[in-house]
Amino acid sequence: MQELRDRVKALLMDGTVDRVLGWKAGDLPYNPEAAYFETPESLTEFIYDGFCGANLSKMMIEASKLEGRTLVCLKPCDTYSFNQLLTEHHVDRNKAYIIGVACKGKLDIEKIHAFGIKGIRRIRGSEADVASGILQFETIYGEKSCAYADAMLERCHVCKGKEHRIYDELIGESKETKDADRFAQVEQIEAMSPDKRFAYFQKELSKCIRCNACRNVCPACSCRKCVFDSTRFDSAQKANVDSFEEKMFHIIRAFHVAGRCTDCGECSRVCPQGIPLHLFNRKFIKDINAFYGEFQAGEDIDVRGPLVSYALDDRKPGQTAERG
Amino acid sequence: MQRIGVFVCHCGTNIAGTVDVKKVAEMAAKETGVVHAEDYQYMCSEAGQSKIIAAIREKGLTGVVVCSCSPRMHETTFRKAAEKAGLNPYMVEIANIREHCSWIHKDMQEATEKAVILARAAIAKVHLNTPLKPGESRVTKRALVIGGGIAGIQTALDIADAGYKVDIVEKTPSIGGRMSQLDKTFPTLDCSACILTPKMVEAASHENITIYTYSEIEKVAGFVGDFTVDIRKKARSVDMEKCTGCGVCSEKCPSKKNPSEFNRGLGNRSAIYIPFAQAIPNVPVIDREHCTKFKTGKCGVCAKVCQAGAVDYDQQDEIITQNYGAIVAATGFDMIGLDKYDEYAYSQSKDVITSLELERIMNAAGPTGGHLERLSDGRAPKNIVFVQCVGSRCSDARGKSYCSKICCMYTAKHAMLIRDKYPDTNVTVFYIDVRTPGKNFDEFYRRAVEDYGVNYIKGQVGKVFLQPDGTLLVQASDLLDNRQIRMEADMVVLAAAIEPNPDARRIATMLTASIDTNNFLTEAHAKLRPVESPTAGIFLSGVCQGSKDIPETVAQAGAAAVKVIGLLAKEKLTTNPCTAKADELLCNGCSQCANVCPYGAISYEEKQVNDHGIRETRRIAAVNNALCQGCGACTVTCPSGAMDLQGFSNRQMISEVDAICR
Amino acid sequence: MSIEAKEIFKPRIVAFCCNWCSYAGADLAGSSRLTYPADVKIIRVPCSCRVNPMFILRAFEKGADGVILCGCHPGDCHYTSGNYYARRRMTLLFSMLEFIGVEQGRTRVEWVSAAEGAKFSRTMNEFAEKIYSLGKNVRLEDLRCRN
Repeated sequence: MQELRDRVKALLMDGTVDRVLGWKAGDLPYNPEAAYFETPESLTEFIYDGFCGANLSKMMIEASKLEGRTLVCLKPCDTYSFNQLLTEHHVDRNKAYIIGVACKGKLDIEKIHAFGIKGIRRIRGSEADVASGILQFETIYGEKSCAYADAMLERCHVCKGKEHRIYDELIGESKETKDADRFAQVEQIEAMSPDKRFAYFQKELSKCIRCNACRNVCPACSCRKCVFDSTRFDSAQKANVDSFEEKMFHIIRAFHVAGRCTDCGECSRVCPQGIPLHLFNRKFIKDINAFYGEFQAGEDIDVRGPLVSYALDDRKPGQTAERG
Repeated sequence: MQRIGVFVCHCGTNIAGTVDVKKVAEMAAKETGVVHAEDYQYMCSEAGQSKIIAAIREKGLTGVVVCSCSPRMHETTFRKAAEKAGLNPYMVEIANIREHCSWIHKDMQEATEKAVILARAAIAKVHLNTPLKPGESRVTKRALVIGGGIAGIQTALDIADAGYKVDIVEKTPSIGGRMSQLDKTFPTLDCSACILTPKMVEAASHENITIYTYSEIEKVAGFVGDFTVDIRKKARSVDMEKCTGCGVCSEKCPSKKNPSEFNRGLGNRSAIYIPFAQAIPNVPVIDREHCTKFKTGKCGVCAKVCQAGAVDYDQQDEIITQNYGAIVAATGFDMIGLDKYDEYAYSQSKDVITSLELERIMNAAGPTGGHLERLSDGRAPKNIVFVQCVGSRCSDARGKSYCSKICCMYTAKHAMLIRDKYPDTNVTVFYIDVRTPGKNFDEFYRRAVEDYGVNYIKGQVGKVFLQPDGTLLVQASDLLDNRQIRMEADMVVLAAAIEPNPDARRIATMLTASIDTNNFLTEAHAKLRPVESPTAGIFLSGVCQGSKDIPETVAQAGAAAVKVIGLLAKEKLTTNPCTAKADELLCNGCSQCANVCPYGAISYEEKQVNDHGIRETRRIAAVNNALCQGCGACTVTCPSGAMDLQGFSNRQMISEVDAICR
Repeated sequence: MSIEAKEIFKPRIVAFCCNWCSYAGADLAGSSRLTYPADVKIIRVPCSCRVNPMFILRAFEKGADGVILCGCHPGDCHYTSGNYYARRRMTLLFSMLEFIGVEQGRTRVEWVSAAEGAKFSRTMNEFAEKIYSLGKNVRLEDLRCRN
C-alpha cells in the first residue's frame, strides 16, 4: 500500500493529476469509503486494503466534468466497467489517469460477522500486498482469525481475471481468485421447480425497501434520471405502493443493464437487505452467452452489445425449455 | 384535459349486427374527458364525416375517437375530416371494433363488452395525443428499374417518356428477359422478337434511359424520394465504348462447348459471346468461368482478333452509386426445377422437355434452326404429348399452390403451331382445367381444338416411361371417360410452373419490400394498390408480383410507371410525423439508440442545456425526421425513456395497456 | 362446490401487433370471419421493436393473464431489422420471467404476416387456451401485499 500511496502522491505533486480518486479509512476498520484527495497532505488518509471493494469507475462520470485530470484507482474488474462507460461516452479517457491496483479478492464483512467475529478493533492481513492468506482480528472478545478466501465476496470467487483491461500504469501483483463456477448459482435456481423458483424470488424480493442503493452504485445504471423516477412511463412509484413493483423494478433494471453489465457485483455488495441482485444480471449474461455467443461487457470497446445487434438465425423467444 | 368526442359506426350491420353500438356510445360517454358520444350508420360516409366535423366545431373537441373498421382502412379519412374542422389530424384515434371485434365474435354481449374496452383504450390514448405536424423531404427526380425484361423495359419507357431519367439494371448481359426467348406470342401469334426488339431499341436509344446490363443491385439505402443505390457493374472483360459488335471474337473463340443460357442449355455458345442476335447492348461478354484465358492464362485469341482492341482481361467490377426517388422491381420469373418431378422422366430422356425449351426448338434462331425434332435422334416426332400443371396448383410441398396462369394459353399456341406446320403430327394435351379468361383467349383455345384438331384430354399424367427403343410411354387417366390411358409418344412437353426469380428475396430484403411465402413481392393492397409495395417508393412490375402474361405485364408496367411519375412529379414529400424524439434533459448520449436505428437517423450533438438551473454542455441524440421512419427500435433501447416515439409514446402505450387491463 | 368456483374465468389477454404484418393479419382474420376469444385485445404498435418490456410487465402488473407479441416474420420487417431486436429482447425477458418462476405460457411471441389471417386466429385460440389452462395470473403479483 505504501508504494501505491507514494506513487499517487508523486503524481499529484508533479501536476500530472489534479486530484486522486481512491479510498479513505472509515470509522471502523472495515468500512473504507470512496474519496477525492486534492492535496498531498490529505493523502495520509488514503488507504487500500481488502475492504476497498467499491468500484470507482462510475464516479469518473462526475470526475470527467471537473477541470483537469483525475487519478483513479481501479481494480481489474473495475476496468471492465470503465471500458463500458467509455463506449457509452460517459467518461472522458483524457481526463482519467488510471492506476491499475492489485487485487487478491475483496472481503465481505457480513461473512466475517457470520463466523461469529464481532466487535472488531483491528484487522491484519487484509492489505493487497500481504500474502499470508489469513485474516487476523483484534476484537473486544480477544484475538480471532479466519482464512482470507473464506471471507471473500461472492463475486471474487467467480473473478473475471487478474488482468486490467485499461490503465496508465499498474502497481502491485493481482491474484486470480476464481474457485467457483460463475453460473452455478443460476443453474441451481434453474433446476428448481417453477413453484420453488417463484417462492425463492418472492422471499428475496420481498426484502427490498427500494432504497435504490443498487441503482446508485451500478456503473451501468448511468441514466441522468431513472425511468422509475420519471413521468415517462407512469412508473414513478415507491415500495409497497403497487403490488408488483419490486419485481418490475429489479427485472427492468437488470434488463436495462443486460449486455452492458460487466458483472462487477456491486449491486449485491451494497444491498442493505442482502438480496442476491447479481443473480438477475448473471441470468441475463448466462442466456446471452448461451444464445448469442460468449460476451463480456467492457472487455472490448469496439464490440457491439448483444442487445443492439442481432443474427438472422437467432432463436425464437420462449424456447428456453430446451436448456440442458 | 382533453375534450373528447366518441363516434361509433354501425357499418350497416357489419358492426351493429354483433355489437350494441348504442351501448358502446353510452359507456364511452361515461369516460373521463368524453364530452360527446354518438353512433351513426356509416361514419365514413359524407354524412358521417359531417357529424364529426360538426361536433368538433360545436363542442370544441380536442380529441376524436372513432369506433369503426380497421385504422388501416379509414384512419386517413377521419383524420382528413378532423383537419377540415380545424383539429390536428393526429388527435384522432381509431378503435377497431369491426375486424377485431364484430366480425370475429358472435355473442352480442361479449362483443359489446370488448368494443367498450377497445373504445376505452383509444380514449385513454387520445388523452395523451399531441398535435403533430408532418415534415418535408426532397424527391430525387430519377427512377431505378430492377430487371430488363418486358416489364422493366415498358416501365422505363413510360417513365422516360414523361420526361424523367430512368436507369435499368439487368443482371444478364442483355435486356429482353424471358420474352426474348419466346418464339410466337398468344393469342395473335406474332413473332415475339418482332414486337420486343423495337422496344429494346427504343429503350437503348432513349435519351432519358441508361441501361446497366450485366449488373446487379448491391446495396439500397435511404427512403422514398431519396434512395441511394450501389450498382455492381460486373466485369464484362470487353470495353463497351470500343466494341463494334462485329462478332469475330465469338467466331474465333476456341472454347465453344458452353451451354447457352439463352437456349436453355439446348445449344452451345463460345466463352466470349453475345447471348442472342438482337441483344442490347450488342457487346459480347467473357464468361470467365469457361474462358481458357481465365482458366489457364494461355489463349487470348479474342484480344488478338479484335480490331477495335476492346477485349480487356483486366477489367474489374465497378460500383456505381446513384440516387433515386423511386424504385421499380421488375425481377421476373424462371421455370421451376423439375428434379422433384422425376415421374415425367425429364432427367432420363432428352425428348421430355419444358415448354420454354420447346419455344427455343421452334424458334428459327434456336438450337435446331426452328425444325421440330427430337433432341435424342433428330427424328421428327409423330406423337407429341403436352402435360399441364407440372408443379402448378399443387397441393403438396413439391410444387406451387398457385396457377401459373400462362401455361394453358401457350400450350394451345404450341399445339396449334405444330399442327399447322406438321399436320401429320398427333398432338395430345392432358389438362386439369383449361383456363382462358383473357380477351380472345377462349376463341384461340377453341381454334386449337376445333380447327387444328388438337386432342385435349381432361386428366393427369401419372408417369412417363422411357422405353428401350427410346420412345416414351405415357400413362394417364381420362377423367371424363373414367379410364386409364397408355399412350406412345415421341416427345413430351411439360408445362412447368413458373416461379419468381431466385434473386427476388434478396432484392426484396434490400428494398425492405415485403415478400410472400412463394417469393412473390407483396402489393400494398391486393385490389386497390396492386402495383405498389407496402414500402413507400417501391413499385412492382410484371411477374415479380404474381403470374401474368405479356399483355397484363405491359399493362401493369404502365401502371407502375404512372405511380412513379406521380411521385417524381412532386417537388417535396411530406414525411410521417410519427418519428422518434429525444428529450434533451433525459438523454445520456450513450449511443445505444444510434446502434439499433436501421435508417441511420440518429446523430449526436454537443448541446448547451439548462437542466433545472444546471447549465452544461451535453452529448445529446438528435433524430433526423426525414430519415426516421418511426419503428421505435431506439425507444426500447433507451433505458431512461429519453427517446420516445411521437404518436406511439411510452405513456400512450402504457395508458392503452392500463385501459385494457382495467 | 362454491359459487365462485363455478364462475367462468375471463382472462385478460393483451396482444401487441405490429402495424405492417400482424395487425393486418388480425384484420384479415376479421374479414375472413375467423374467430378467436374476445378476451384477446389488440394494441397496435408500429413495429414489434416498439414493445418495451415495461409495457409487458405493466400489463401483468395491472392484471393481465397473458401477453402475446406478434410481428412480421424474420426477414420481412417493414423496418428491416425491428423484429430481430424484438426477438432478442423478448427471448431474454421471457427467459427471465421463467427464471423467477412465472409460467412460461403466459408470454409468447409469434410471427404473423399480413396474409396469415388464419394463423393469427389459430395463434390467438391456442394462446387463449393456454391461458385458460394456466388460470388467473397470481404469480406476477407480489403476494406479500395481499391479506
